[in-house]
Amino acid sequence: MSEKPTPLWEVFIRARNGLSHKHAGSIHAADAEMALQAARDVYTRRGEGQSLWVVRSDQIVASDPVDKDMMFEPTASKIYRHPTFYEIPEEVGNM
Amino acid sequence: MYSQGLIGADGSTVEDEAFLEAFQKRIDAEQKIEPNDPMPEGYRRTLIRQISQHAHSEIVGMLPEGNWITRAPTLRRKAALLAKVQDEGGHGLYLYSAAETLGVSREELTDQLLTGAAKYSSIFNYPALTWADIGAIGWLVDGAAIMNQIALCRCSYGPYSRAMIRICKEESFHQRQGYEILLTLCRGTDEQKQLAQEAINRIWWPALMMFGPHDSESTHSDQSMHWKIKRFSNDSLRDKFVNATVPQADYLGLKVPDPNLKWNEEKQGYDYSDIDWDEFWRVVKGDGICNRDRMKARRKAHREGAWVREAALAFAEKRAAAAEAAKTAAE
Ligand SMILES: [Fe+2]
Ligand SMILES: [Fe+2]
Repeated sequence: MSEKPTPLWEVFIRARNGLSHKHAGSIHAADAEMALQAARDVYTRRGEGQSLWVVRSDQIVASDPVDKDMMFEPTASKIYRHPTFYEIPEEVGNM
Repeated sequence: MYSQGLIGADGSTVEDEAFLEAFQKRIDAEQKIEPNDPMPEGYRRTLIRQISQHAHSEIVGMLPEGNWITRAPTLRRKAALLAKVQDEGGHGLYLYSAAETLGVSREELTDQLLTGAAKYSSIFNYPALTWADIGAIGWLVDGAAIMNQIALCRCSYGPYSRAMIRICKEESFHQRQGYEILLTLCRGTDEQKQLAQEAINRIWWPALMMFGPHDSESTHSDQSMHWKIKRFSNDSLRDKFVNATVPQADYLGLKVPDPNLKWNEEKQGYDYSDIDWDEFWRVVKGDGICNRDRMKARRKAHREGAWVREAALAFAEKRAAAAEAAKTAAE
C-alpha cells in the first residue's frame, strides 16, 4: 500500500431553505471542487439538499468524549436557566 | 455484508472487568457508541470487520447487475437499473466512511478486499444469467438485504446505525423494481414466465444463504448480540424473510424451489428444507461460480483507476502551491 491517501472531507447538507446545514457523512476527494461533486453524487441523489458544505476532516476540532463531564456536567445544576424554575401566579396568564 | 458480515470477526478483548462492565452498562441502556468514545478493542475490531465486509458487498454487488445495464429491455428499465447500481455504490461509500470512524483507512480497507483478506456476501459470486435474474435479484437479494439492514438500524454503533437508516430508505425501490420486472415477465408469454421461474430456481437458495450460518454454528453471534452490534439471530431473520416472500411468489404464480416448503399453522410460519451448507462454505471460501471473476474485476478497476487518483492529488497539490505563492506575492 504505497498509495498516497486521498483526503477526507465531512459533508453537511441544508435540506430546505430555513434549515441549518446538518452533518450527512464523509467523502474522500483530492480537492474541494471534487469533494463537492462527490458529495453531490453520494449524498443528494434524491433531492436531499439545497446547499452543500464540505470541510476537510482534519480541520475540525472536536471535544474529547473523555472530557464530557467536565465540559457539560456543570450545566445540569443550573436549573435557574430554565423558565420552569420561576413561579408566576396563574392569574398572570401565559408568560 | 448482512448477516455474513461477522464471518472472520474476532471479538476477543483485553480490557479489565470494570471497563467492560461500564461499557456494557451503556449498551444495555441503549446508549449509542460514537467514534471517539472508549470502547473495547474487540468491539472495534468486530465492527470494522462487519462494516467493511458490508461495504465490500455493496461494491462487488454492483458487478452482476452492472453487466445488464446495456442490455436492459427498455429505457425505463435501464434508467431504473442504472439508478439502483449507483445507489449500491453510494451504500458502499456510506459504509466505508462509517468503518473509517473506527480508525482504519480507506486504503487499508480496499487492500483487504483486493488481497482477499476480507470477504463480501456470498450471493454476489453467482452470475446473473438472464434478464429475469435481474428481477429476482432485486426482489430476493435486495429483499433479504433489507430484512437484515432494518435489523441493523438499531445497532449500538452510531455511525453504522445512521448509515443503515439512510440505506434502508433507498432500498425499497430496489426490491420493488425487481418485483415489477418479474411481474411483467409472469404476465407475458409462457417463455417469459419460464424465464422468471428459472430465475427464482437459481436465486432462492443463495438468497437464503445471505442470512449466514445457523445460529448454532454462528460462533461470533453471542458476543455481537451482547454488544448489540447484531440484534436478531440469523435464523430468525431468515424465517421472517421466507414468511414474507412466499406469498409474493404465490402472487407471481411462481413456485419456490423447495419440495418441503409447507405452512406450519402452529408456529404461524413456513417450514422449509435445510440449506446446502457445503455449497455455502465453498462459495464463502472462494470457490463459487464467479469468485475469481469478481476479484479480477475489482483489481482491474483499482489498477486502472490508480493514475486518476494520482493525477487528482498531483493537480490539487499544484493548485494549492500556486495559491500559496499568489498569496505570498500579494502580501
Ligand atoms: Fe445496498
Ligand atoms: Fe439494494
